[in-house]
Amino acid sequence: MDLKDLYQEIILDHGKNPRNLGKFDNYNKDAKGNNPLCGDNVHVYLRLNENKKVEDIAFEGHGCAISMASASIMTDMVRGKEEKEVKEIVSDFLGMIKEKDSLETNILKDDEKTKLMSLSGVKQYPMRVKCATLSWHTLTSALDNSDKIVKTEE
Amino acid sequence: MNIDDIKKEFPIFDDKIQNNDLVYLDSANSSQKPRVVVDRIYDFYTKEFSNVGRSVHYLAVAATNLYEQTRVSVQKYINAKDKDEIVFTKGATEAINLVANTFGQKYLSEGDEVLLTELEHHSNYVPWHFLRKAKNIKIEFAEINDDGEVTLEAIEKKITNKTKIISVSHLSNVTGAILPIKEIVQLAHSKNIPVLIDGCQGAPHLKLDMQDIDCDFYAISGHKMYGPTGIGVLYAKKKWLEDLPPYQGGGGMINEVKKEGITYGELPNKYEAGTMATAQVIAFNESIKFMEKIGIQNIEKHEKELLDYGLEKLRKNNSVNIIGNPKEKGGVISFTIEGVHPHDIATILDEDGVAIRAGHHCCQILHDKLNLPATARASFGVYNTKDDIDKLDEAINKCKKIFNL
Repeated sequence: MDLKDLYQEIILDHGKNPRNLGKFDNYNKDAKGNNPLCGDNVHVYLRLNENKKVEDIAFEGHGCAISMASASIMTDMVRGKEEKEVKEIVSDFLGMIKEKDSLETNILKDDEKTKLMSLSGVKQYPMRVKCATLSWHTLTSALDNSDKIVKTEE
Repeated sequence: MNIDDIKKEFPIFDDKIQNNDLVYLDSANSSQKPRVVVDRIYDFYTKEFSNVGRSVHYLAVAATNLYEQTRVSVQKYINAKDKDEIVFTKGATEAINLVANTFGQKYLSEGDEVLLTELEHHSNYVPWHFLRKAKNIKIEFAEINDDGEVTLEAIEKKITNKTKIISVSHLSNVTGAILPIKEIVQLAHSKNIPVLIDGCQGAPHLKLDMQDIDCDFYAISGHKMYGPTGIGVLYAKKKWLEDLPPYQGGGGMINEVKKEGITYGELPNKYEAGTMATAQVIAFNESIKFMEKIGIQNIEKHEKELLDYGLEKLRKNNSVNIIGNPKEKGGVISFTIEGVHPHDIATILDEDGVAIRAGHHCCQILHDKLNLPATARASFGVYNTKDDIDKLDEAINKCKKIFNL
């Protein structure tokens, strides 16, 4: 285990200054997620246009550097993508965090993949995986219009 | 007392954990176990095992005697009048649930009030919340002050003629505040209100004398007292245990069972349904003996020294913010670091073998009041040394470095 893998510069940067933080007015989909074990929570807001494209996306919440950075990078990454593409990115990311060595989707450019791979350090810290995945599960829930609050524990 | 010798009695410190010497600062969560406790479990299972209280064969009688010896040890340790006032449970949580459930059944109805405090652990709130749902009772919370204490005045302020029971912590697992429980009991009794003390953090660190405190109920967690998990104690005055209905039904707690009806067993069996955590109860006797051997006064003194040293050290560390400043405080230091989330602190400290807890410590009401989603917490046990606190301080500095503070 190496802390440098977990707390890379990019994570510290996004954790300290999260992009897309704060609610915006004309969102048409949203969902909440929380981690009852530690009290982290996130609320994802997005606007899907008539072509099912993510016009805008933002989040509110609080949590550790990993969870804030993950939500920040995620929102950056899916803006402008179609719903179908977003779902593919989410499942690719979750697959990578769980078991795969790399990202497989062709939707993301190489530099985007590199950025996302900066979160792969959590794989060595099983207790922290949920910090990285909470916002991604919450995004799925928002797209699916699920009223159910996403929890990391069932 | 020699801490190095005491530490040697805990096998967990024999080997490195993840290539580090273990700096265990999470005893408020659960304490480590001395060898005598671990060995007792092994010996019981390998040489003496039988179920208790049922059969007449040699092993069953011997096991029953051992089980009952722990009851007497606990009785003496907390100065209860009668050994039948000691009920074994699976933990302090079950002890509180037992009281909430049985007292609630018999004495609480719509509009009645239960008085808790804002610093209660979830285990002293959720069981009462069940009654709020089932019986429409009200729950009131005595407020904490800016120092993270609950004063006698804060309790008095919330007592009304509807208050039917008061249930408060002995020692806060977050701010470390020691509550004036003796005074709270006196005040409550002057108004005929019974008092339950959640002693999870009190029992491992403070001298207990049920005759002096005079509370009606006192809940104890075995695993925080250098004992095994799965064992707790409810102390209750005999009049309550005789008066209240049984909690769980099953074998062992009955007198006579007929198709038409059932009569319940005498104390203490009435509250110990089913096969209990026999090995843990028997090993818990070793925990009590272990603490008695060191002496609770010595444990208190040692932990106070660690606390004073720790507070002084961390106060000098820039960007560390200590939560609460109670005048009477146990060996718990909760803190935040400006710019680093407590989970990140805990992960980084763990890298150097410094084990602390981060989160809301099962006290969300308190954290809401403090307007903090989470805190980091270092808590002490008898095996901790000033060196552990130095290592904590160093690890905090490393944390600040990683986060460029």
